[in-house]
Amino acid sequence: MGVGIEVSQLNAWYGTNHALQDINLHIPANEATALIGPSGCGKSTFVRCLNRMHETNPVGKVTGIVRVGELDIYNDASPVEVRRRIGMVFQRPNPFPTMSIYDNVASGLRLNGFRNRRILDEVVERSLKHAALFDEVKDDLKKKSGASLSGGQQQRLCIARALAVDPEILLMDEPASALDPVSTAKIEDLIFQLKSQYTVVIVTHNMQQAARVAERTGFFLNGRLVEFDSTHKIFTNPGDKRTEDYITGRFG
Amino acid sequence: MALPQKPSKANYIWRMFANHAATALAVVSTILVVAPLVAIFFYLLYKGASSLNLNFFTKVPAPVGETGGGMANAIVGSGILLALSSLLGVPIGIGAGIYLSEFGRGGRLANFVRFTADVLNGVPSIVMGIAVYSLIVLPQKHFSALSGGVALGIMMIPTITRTTEEMLLMVPNAIREAALGLGVPNWRSVLAITLKTASPGVITGCMLAFARVAGETAPLLFTAFGNQFWSANINQPIAALPLQIYVYALSPYDEWHRLAWAGSLVLIVLIVVSVALVRYVTSRGVLKGAS
Amino acid sequence: MERGNSAMTDHGFRWLMLICALTIFAIVALIAWELFVRSQLTIHKFGLSFFVKQAWDPVNGNFGALPFIYGTLVSSIVALIIAVPLAVGVAVFLTEMCPKFLRGPLAFLTELLAAIPSVVYGLWAVFILVPILRNDINPFLMKTLGWTGFFTGPNYGIGMLAAGVILAIMILPIISSLTREVMSAVPHTQREAVLALGATRWEMIRMGVLRNARIGIVGSIILGLGRALGETIAVTMVIGNRPAIVKSLLGLGYSMASVIANEFSEASDDMYLSALIEIGLALFIVTIIVNAIARLLVWAVTRGAPPRVA
Repeated sequence: MGVGIEVSQLNAWYGTNHALQDINLHIPANEATALIGPSGCGKSTFVRCLNRMHETNPVGKVTGIVRVGELDIYNDASPVEVRRRIGMVFQRPNPFPTMSIYDNVASGLRLNGFRNRRILDEVVERSLKHAALFDEVKDDLKKKSGASLSGGQQQRLCIARALAVDPEILLMDEPASALDPVSTAKIEDLIFQLKSQYTVVIVTHNMQQAARVAERTGFFLNGRLVEFDSTHKIFTNPGDKRTEDYITGRFG
Repeated sequence: MALPQKPSKANYIWRMFANHAATALAVVSTILVVAPLVAIFFYLLYKGASSLNLNFFTKVPAPVGETGGGMANAIVGSGILLALSSLLGVPIGIGAGIYLSEFGRGGRLANFVRFTADVLNGVPSIVMGIAVYSLIVLPQKHFSALSGGVALGIMMIPTITRTTEEMLLMVPNAIREAALGLGVPNWRSVLAITLKTASPGVITGCMLAFARVAGETAPLLFTAFGNQFWSANINQPIAALPLQIYVYALSPYDEWHRLAWAGSLVLIVLIVVSVALVRYVTSRGVLKGAS
Repeated sequence: MERGNSAMTDHGFRWLMLICALTIFAIVALIAWELFVRSQLTIHKFGLSFFVKQAWDPVNGNFGALPFIYGTLVSSIVALIIAVPLAVGVAVFLTEMCPKFLRGPLAFLTELLAAIPSVVYGLWAVFILVPILRNDINPFLMKTLGWTGFFTGPNYGIGMLAAGVILAIMILPIISSLTREVMSAVPHTQREAVLALGATRWEMIRMGVLRNARIGIVGSIILGLGRALGETIAVTMVIGNRPAIVKSLLGLGYSMASVIANEFSEASDDMYLSALIEIGLALFIVTIIVNAIARLLVWAVTRGAPPRVA
């Protein structure tokens, strides 16, 4: 089951660039939350703060509190633990090219010390099914490399890989922006199904996508969270003029 | 969807340990690698500096048992060999580099040339010495500075070719097009404009080749052969700094060992200065005139 | 516009540059030819048995290169065993762990190792390394690992182990700098993918970088091998120069390059010379093959050819 995320006074920097300013929000459990905004507004930086990936940047700095369920992920947990419990899928699919499909999905499990063949087989199959990829690759699990799949399949492989370690939250940073419309539709269908078991946060450039898959939407502008409400309200009756300008295409 | 069991605490502790152990091993490796370097330089200074006096740079080797000799002839000899080798290596190297960059770009022939240059680079220097011995020394029936120069010159070619090509490739196409647009013939454009723009980088490439070749001993063993006396005759055997160091190091005389250390210090200083200069020039942006 | 005149000079210029490039082919071919022709005497007399015979008797005209092949191989393998872990360790440190301000100076230092001439390494090895081996390290090895048979017998200090150690120091820079190159060529997205799964830094390096770069790393190791096979002066100064095949690494040996360096000028008759030149020919062919393989492997990774599932 997924958990909710509570963000308080989150600030983030790239060196001296104050990329995120005083972000406060609550992401509900078992829902899909979309984050929209023009390029450079900080939405990607924000999700990378949720799984402590921002600090892997040599000049990245974060202050504030992020609570995942009961856990303060910055002060009470190690990055390794946090990143296992909060999975991430990136804009460009990045499967491991030297590993088979099976090994890709199992990679996170092996990191955590799982060696038992039966367990690995079972979790790999389950994850691939959850990512709606199993039927397409079930005969080639160990024969084909992760990089030999099509773009859409690779992204679903990355989703399966993230799901295999049993996260509670799945972060998706523009997961379909590098894919064709058919693959994009598949990914969006997938998000619908994943919602029931995980909390999904999806960064997207595509407002229609946000409207299609997310219950809640947050609008970021220049490092600030301008508005955060139900998707329906954001797109039909936004409270802030800036949101309205963005929605109607006046900029970005 | 749950994992059959949570990852165990023991597993987590092991992973953290492995992480720290890996860092420690990497640091230790670095120290172990830097240590011999520091040690070598230290001993060179320690053993060589005290022997460096005016005699070293002005006198030829003294007879066995006498002190006060020097390696002046070896230093001059190395200089002559370097000059001879550059007569052969620099034009061919730059020419091949020009071909690769300006005429052959992307072609299969160019790839073969580059590959062959790499092959030539990997040929052991002693084998180079044998080949030149066979080509020049045997027919002439005597050792000579000329044959030494040829051997060293051949060894320069791959380095100079590669760096010349790299530097020329960095010259923006806009410059070439501007020259052609003005009606400048191609050969002129390449030499007077493109090559000139890249010249700091090309020169440093040549310096790198000189530095490498200046320290070579093996190819000179049966070409230049070495000489205890002054000689500037290219048809006679000639002394060279690395050769002299080699002979002295293997000798049983303390006095000659002392000279070997001093000679090594001189050699190292020359090489380090060249390498540092090369790094300085390339890091500062070689093509200041290009944009 | 008078194109006629300059077209001819342009044409001539292009031909001149082409000739320069083709000269490289010519040089390699010439070397191969000279080596081949001047070793005909022993090629005809001994054939392939030259390489498996263990005899070196210039007086009676009996030549077999096996001890030298053995010496070259063993000293090179010892060098690789010592150098590879250290070189990869340095590469990992410099690429993934080193604080930014240290990276430049440390990288410069390791490159400086590559610039030191062979004779200087040899000098240092004879007067500093060998005494350390003889007085401290070898006795220790004999005591602890003597039972393996690799560390027995008289302890001269010089010998196969000394040659292996100085070779290791000499090939370290090239393995390390090439490994750094292929590691840097691995895309950042791979590192992120591993970290996002909840990996420690070492796991990220292992799975996200080293694994992807492994073909190139193998290539750099083979390149180091190529360099070790042909190294002459430093090895000659410490290997002991005795054409014997002994199991102990503390024993004296002789490498292919060393025997040529030592005995070439003394070679009194044509058969002797031919034998030495044939050893040179073998060295020539082997190093070409080894270097070619190495270059292909490194090229495959740094040019972006996708690695395959093994």
